Amino acid sequence: MSIPNDIPITPDLVADHGLKPDEYQRILDLIGREPTFTELGIFSAMWNEHCSYKSSKRWLKTLPTEGPQVIQGPGENAGVVDIGDGLAVVFKMESHNHPSFIEPYQGAATGVGGILRDVFTMGARPIAAMNALRFGDPAHQKTRHLVSGVVAGIGGYGNSFGVPTVGGEVNFHRRYNGNILVNAFAAGIARTDQIFYAAATGVGNSIVYLGSKTGRDGIHGATMASAEFGEDAEEKRPTVQVGDPFSEKLLLEACLELMQTDAVIAIQDMGAAGLTCSAVEMGAKGDLGVELDLDHVPCREDGMTAYEMMLSESQERMLMVLRPGKEDVARAVFEKWDLDFAVIGRTTDDLRFVVKRHGEVMADLPIKELGDEAPEYDRPWIPAEPAAPVDPSEVPAPNAIGDALLRLVGSPDMCSRRWIWEQYDHLILGNTIQRPGGDAAVVRVEDGPKGLAFTLDVTPRYCEADPVEGGKQAVAETWRNLTAVGATPLALTDCLNFGNPERPEIMGQLVGAIQGIGEACRALEYPIVSGNVSLYNETSGEAILPTPALGGVGLLEDFALSASIGFKAEGETILVIGETTGHLGRSVYLRDIAGREDGPPPPVDLETEKRNGDFVRALISEGRVSAVHDCSDGGLLVALAEMMMAGGIGASIHTAPDDLPAHAYWFGEDQARYVVTLAAGGVERLLAEARDSGVAAAALGSTGGDALKLPGEDPIYLDTLRSCHEGWLPDYMAGRIATGSTTTD
Amino acid sequence: MKSALILFPGINREHDMARALQRAGGMAPTIVWHKDTELPPVDLVVIPGGFSYGDYLRCGAIAARSPIMRDVIAKAEAGVTVLGVCNGFQVLTEMGLLPGALMRNADLRFVCKDVLLRVETTDTRFTNRYRKGQTIRTPVAHGDGNYFADPETLARLEGEGRVVFRYASADGDIDETSNPNGSIDNIAGILNARGNVLGMMPHPEDHIELAQGSTDGLGIFESMVAALETA
Repeated sequence: MSIPNDIPITPDLVADHGLKPDEYQRILDLIGREPTFTELGIFSAMWNEHCSYKSSKRWLKTLPTEGPQVIQGPGENAGVVDIGDGLAVVFKMESHNHPSFIEPYQGAATGVGGILRDVFTMGARPIAAMNALRFGDPAHQKTRHLVSGVVAGIGGYGNSFGVPTVGGEVNFHRRYNGNILVNAFAAGIARTDQIFYAAATGVGNSIVYLGSKTGRDGIHGATMASAEFGEDAEEKRPTVQVGDPFSEKLLLEACLELMQTDAVIAIQDMGAAGLTCSAVEMGAKGDLGVELDLDHVPCREDGMTAYEMMLSESQERMLMVLRPGKEDVARAVFEKWDLDFAVIGRTTDDLRFVVKRHGEVMADLPIKELGDEAPEYDRPWIPAEPAAPVDPSEVPAPNAIGDALLRLVGSPDMCSRRWIWEQYDHLILGNTIQRPGGDAAVVRVEDGPKGLAFTLDVTPRYCEADPVEGGKQAVAETWRNLTAVGATPLALTDCLNFGNPERPEIMGQLVGAIQGIGEACRALEYPIVSGNVSLYNETSGEAILPTPALGGVGLLEDFALSASIGFKAEGETILVIGETTGHLGRSVYLRDIAGREDGPPPPVDLETEKRNGDFVRALISEGRVSAVHDCSDGGLLVALAEMMMAGGIGASIHTAPDDLPAHAYWFGEDQARYVVTLAAGGVERLLAEARDSGVAAAALGSTGGDALKLPGEDPIYLDTLRSCHEGWLPDYMAGRIATGSTTTD
Repeated sequence: MKSALILFPGINREHDMARALQRAGGMAPTIVWHKDTELPPVDLVVIPGGFSYGDYLRCGAIAARSPIMRDVIAKAEAGVTVLGVCNGFQVLTEMGLLPGALMRNADLRFVCKDVLLRVETTDTRFTNRYRKGQTIRTPVAHGDGNYFADPETLARLEGEGRVVFRYASADGDIDETSNPNGSIDNIAGILNARGNVLGMMPHPEDHIELAQGSTDGLGIFESMVAALETA
């Protein structure tokens, strides 16, 4: 197959490249002539939503991205944050939604591969991975297949590559029926004096191609990810890339080995839009032109055209600019690891992006303008309508609190994720201190004593009701989860998943969420250092729930002082920190027990959040509390049940709310709350300090026994809780739950 | 204890293994590249876990035919201690240094979790620091750990006391629920006839400190050191 470069550029061809007529006009104005076919492909790759952020850029700029700890904020492959001792944590989260829906195993696998590459491109060895997954209604015919494929793909890639997958989150909701979300996070450790960036320097330096060969897979992947799905989603399978974790592992080792020498000036991985995006970025960031001779690109197939090579999204490839005369050093390292190495171009001083094939110029474009002059939109938006409040006394009470609790801990959204994380190697590297299932994963930094805490959070049903509060809540929840293990929150990465931004109500969700996220980040001094935006998550006009997933990273000075959720001993006092008002709007109780999805989300008071969190973190660092858990989905009683199950110890609760309906007290989702345990001797002092600090705190009861005992209720046995909690997911995946019998509506 | 750790492309638990060898044996291992042809003089040769050659073709099949393996066989025949963990176990069976094969897990899924192993014999250079019948906690992390051997081979392994570890319950019962991968007779680790080559699926190197959840894995490394001192 050979595609000529001079085929006529028709309006249909332009539309097929995802470019609007006015965007095409912008190209004509910019270059003063009709683009060649290859050039059209390059523009479509650079100017699609996925690569150009054209709908979100103006709002993303409002997010706080700086702080004394930040070494590199958004704009590079990943964010870089100082953790002391000459080390930095390098991390990012990215979506791979569209490909994972079309081909779940490869879509998810290459999502993991892409994010790992982002991290080690910067010189960091990956130490942890996580993933935030959103699937459709469990009763939907495709859901089980998608869960199975995505989980296998994530495991298949991460396990083989050799990074521990230590946490994540999973939701089910019918609004993801046609658009699942696969958001992959990775973090690595680098020395602060050995961080590598994309900007090329020096004229005439070699641009080298490293890693796997280029094939015809993934052509137009980024363009596909920038459009809605119609009924023809299946037909887009050829745009999905195929991952090879073995090659990626070799690429990691080869890159890190080469980085130990002084050969590397700049490095950029070939991710979305492959060679085009990486080469343009290296040149544009370094104020240099780039000339590529595609005849030297290692190809998997014969007869590939310039167009195909520039748009291929074949995986496990890197581009580097080398210091003059270092080609042989680099070649030796890559040949040792049996990877392809080829000099495919050089840097120039004319700020042009020139692509040659068989001696002919296939593209000759202004390199800065390719990125800088991408369209940027101020899309019309309308704020979400405020939801009417939910009066707790009007929400039906369950027959028994225990029955409601069992249903909640055994529901698709709240049940144990063990079936998933046991398919991920979460122990490799030997530094996993807190495994999946807690508030945040804790991973030791090399041999300690420092530790890093990682968590991914967002509550889409809150964002749907009120994007601003939902955005705030997502930030606050990551902050709280890091705090609950004793870590000091350092910074965030974001992965903003929304529907079609050309619809003002969807754009309003995006704008609102960013406003809320920004407000919370500023109040908590918790900047965003990297991220990605995934729009057009719609099928046949129905959008996903707004899902701005956030990944929080925190630092523990001593990993041994981290706190975990399981009750540790019998006879300890259980306290709740923070105020309980019984907020049932948008709670899982309201949805899963009362069958309603309405009301506003719980308000987030950032000052209270900070005060309560700082109080709890101090208690942990002083070793004064034995177990800590934040209250989130399902409220106080679900938190207690999770602490019981994790510790294998029951609890007797002495207090009963007198001014609230019991179900509102136990299942309300008020924010800024934690449950802690401690020996009875320390309680008085803690309560006095809480009073002095303006932190609400109250004793609930004590640990012990084999059941949860609530005043006036039958005991809820640990064994029963566990079998409900552990049962649903394995049963569902084994087909033991009849399709149609379970919904999350 | 002088040790050599063989590195194939795709191996990924070499860091964990090197740390355990350093901690128990007081010396970092020499890393030996798969394209080398000669091992340094060592007391122990280790093939760590991972996905050598991406598990392509068959787990361990390509690594088993690497240039360095000729010398590994020679050393094993000369009585040098050889330990293969996870992918290393698979490689040893592919080389024919250990009998049987490791098939896809019975439920076809990768599994990573702590399991309990019953120590079947302490009369080995790998287990002399344990008590016979003791259960130890170690993690597994594999997709192909389902041990299989024909009845004749099994009878020989059992008869010669070469089954070293079995997946067991907390009470030491050998039952189906304790078996993470469908291995025949819950076999988790076996010896060669001479007793100097051990292959096992679980990862003792990941349970050497309390921070990792258990120190039960350390015994294997300490046993090898002790065996060397008394040899």
